[in-house]
Amino acid sequence: MQQHEAVELGEDKAAKFKSKVGLILFGVYSLIYAGFVFINTWSPKTMGVKVAFGLNLAVFYGFFLIILAIVMGIVYNHYCTKMENKLNGEEEENKE
Amino acid sequence: MTYPVSYLAVMFFVVFVALVLGLSFYFARKTKTASGYFAAGGTIHWGVNGIAFAGDYLSAASFLGICGMIAFSGYDGFLYSIGYLAGWIVALFVIAEPMKRMGKFTFTDALDSKFNSKGIQLMAAISTLIVSICYLIPQMVGAGALVKPLLGLEHYVGVLIVGTIVIIIVATAGMTSTTYVQFIKGGLLILFSTILTVSLIINGLHKKPSDGYHDFVTLDAVFDGESYTPDSENYKFAGTAKVKDSEFVKLEKDGIFTWWKVKGSEGSIKLEEALSSTVKPDETVLYNGAPASEGRFFQVGHISKLIMNGKEVEKTGPLNPFSILTVIEESEIVRFAKTSVKDGENKITIWYQNPTPGETIMRPGLKFKVDKGSTFWSKLNFVSLMLALFLGTASLPHILIRYYTVPSQRDARKSTIVAICGIGFFYILTLYMGLGAMTHGVLDLSSSNMSAPLLAKYFGVGLFSIISAIAFATVLGTVSGLIVASSGAIAHDLMDRFMGIKMTEKQKVFAGKVSAFGIGMIAIILGILFKGMNVSFLVGWAFAVAASANLPAIIMLLFWKKTTAKGIAASIFVGIVSALSIILLSPDMFARYGFDKASSPISLSQPGIISIPLSFLTLVVVSLMTQKKKVKI
Repeated sequence: MQQHEAVELGEDKAAKFKSKVGLILFGVYSLIYAGFVFINTWSPKTMGVKVAFGLNLAVFYGFFLIILAIVMGIVYNHYCTKMENKLNGEEEENKE
Repeated sequence: MTYPVSYLAVMFFVVFVALVLGLSFYFARKTKTASGYFAAGGTIHWGVNGIAFAGDYLSAASFLGICGMIAFSGYDGFLYSIGYLAGWIVALFVIAEPMKRMGKFTFTDALDSKFNSKGIQLMAAISTLIVSICYLIPQMVGAGALVKPLLGLEHYVGVLIVGTIVIIIVATAGMTSTTYVQFIKGGLLILFSTILTVSLIINGLHKKPSDGYHDFVTLDAVFDGESYTPDSENYKFAGTAKVKDSEFVKLEKDGIFTWWKVKGSEGSIKLEEALSSTVKPDETVLYNGAPASEGRFFQVGHISKLIMNGKEVEKTGPLNPFSILTVIEESEIVRFAKTSVKDGENKITIWYQNPTPGETIMRPGLKFKVDKGSTFWSKLNFVSLMLALFLGTASLPHILIRYYTVPSQRDARKSTIVAICGIGFFYILTLYMGLGAMTHGVLDLSSSNMSAPLLAKYFGVGLFSIISAIAFATVLGTVSGLIVASSGAIAHDLMDRFMGIKMTEKQKVFAGKVSAFGIGMIAIILGILFKGMNVSFLVGWAFAVAASANLPAIIMLLFWKKTTAKGIAASIFVGIVSALSIILLSPDMFARYGFDKASSPISLSQPGIISIPLSFLTLVVVSLMTQKKKVKI
């Protein structure tokens, strides 16, 4: 059955690069998140230890996870955009 | 507790509704194709789409639920914020661009892009409907619960208002109008939550939150072996009730009965004032011994020992984003513990003072059993919840369809990053708003969901009115997205693709609108039927079912070449059935059925840790069993 796409997408030559970088970053973040869940679960008192700016580990780690997601997203986008421009050409990207 | 109707809140809400309805009718004229209706023609700017993601995702559960949970249980509520946000990492790094590349209007399209399989079309549509309805019910019930205190209307009126407005929004211009509703709501929510948080930090902390804050009384008393005699002529002993190790005393003053907690031992017994609600056999409810309208059910939450830089102080003055958290951690805050007793035919709920060290509030353990009294199963439950939050976000159909509203994969990625920035920033604010409500004497013990709006009221009626109107708009934004996702599942996945009904573009749009109307009507009925039930747990179901049914299929389709259509369909089926079965047989649900928790056949309440791997395993096994045989030439 023929489907009608909302938009027609061109070939993305940077897809492989983006997928690889995305998986690496996902793996890194998952490990850090798993560490957070592990400490909360098996050593909750450790979360009360003061670490920086007068904050305890619970709050510091929580804020860190949120800010890390934002920073990783921006870095990921920077490299993906750079690679898209290089492999697909800026004009073609803009046409998409 | 009763709240005076805020006409300013009504005015803000009416302005917001008029604006979104005006936009909907404007865009309606341009919505003539299925692509336009289900995916806004793929023309939405990534910045708008990113904020619309936030407007879609930050539901009543996020705004009202998490702030309330932090206000009542401290840091444990913030764990939801972290889990919900972390889930966007899966969306950004793994899901966003492939979903955009493979899909058309719905996430079923993406799953089915390589196969054209009836099994996938059916199972994915069913999964979309189950997840969306689980998500929809709490939003509609929340709408009903919000209108009573905020607008002074009955529950069913609130549900009808939301249902009607959302049907108009979705049935006029589909995804385009939904996008702009979510964009406006998401932007306003983040902006005014920031204003509220900044007001809170500048205001600092005070031992007595406000001049009108109720001073809780403690009376000396003598126990003669049968009754307590308070050291005050105003109060007369009227009965006692015991719950485990705690004892409560009923005292009468001017014909009004109140409950007090017994503290200390013989020779130095003290009676500490508590709050109570009494449900009489005829279902009338008294708050602190009087009807709600008399206002005796006080707002609570205060700091009993305010410590700043090691010294006890009465107030701190303006603080900064770090020092306010440090001061709360070093201080002692009076929370209220809840218990229930029977007094003759009356059912009594008592909330008694529970001074809690700040350091306990600011680390895990008050809500989730990971510290004192924890067991292996309670810890596993926590891990399972955090896993479902992490993997559930990127599997929610109403979130995934937003990837089809932008022109390119690059825009899909960028809009996800904007969403992460907006949602992440908002979730940081939830910690401040929740702790602010906990310490500013604004808590309504009968409804944790009102914590954020009531904190706003502390800073003025204007801010309260705007925050209240935004809270109501929050429901509109999320429900619109859910109805678009559901109508896509019915009109596009089931009617067009699964059943193969031949339709012109115009007929597809009409089918989408009729589906939206039907789902909207069902949502209204369910919202009225579930009145009064605490159905916030259904959002947890939605995440668990989405993570179990949808994510394994998406991930394996992307990264395992041997994945087959039958493998995907089977994994969705097993994911739905296993997640729902574990939930329905869980100790928490047994308690809701009125049975003993211990009689539940399984010890887990959060299914993700079993149902997600099971769904992956099913996909692998079924795919291996259904590989196409290579023909030897």
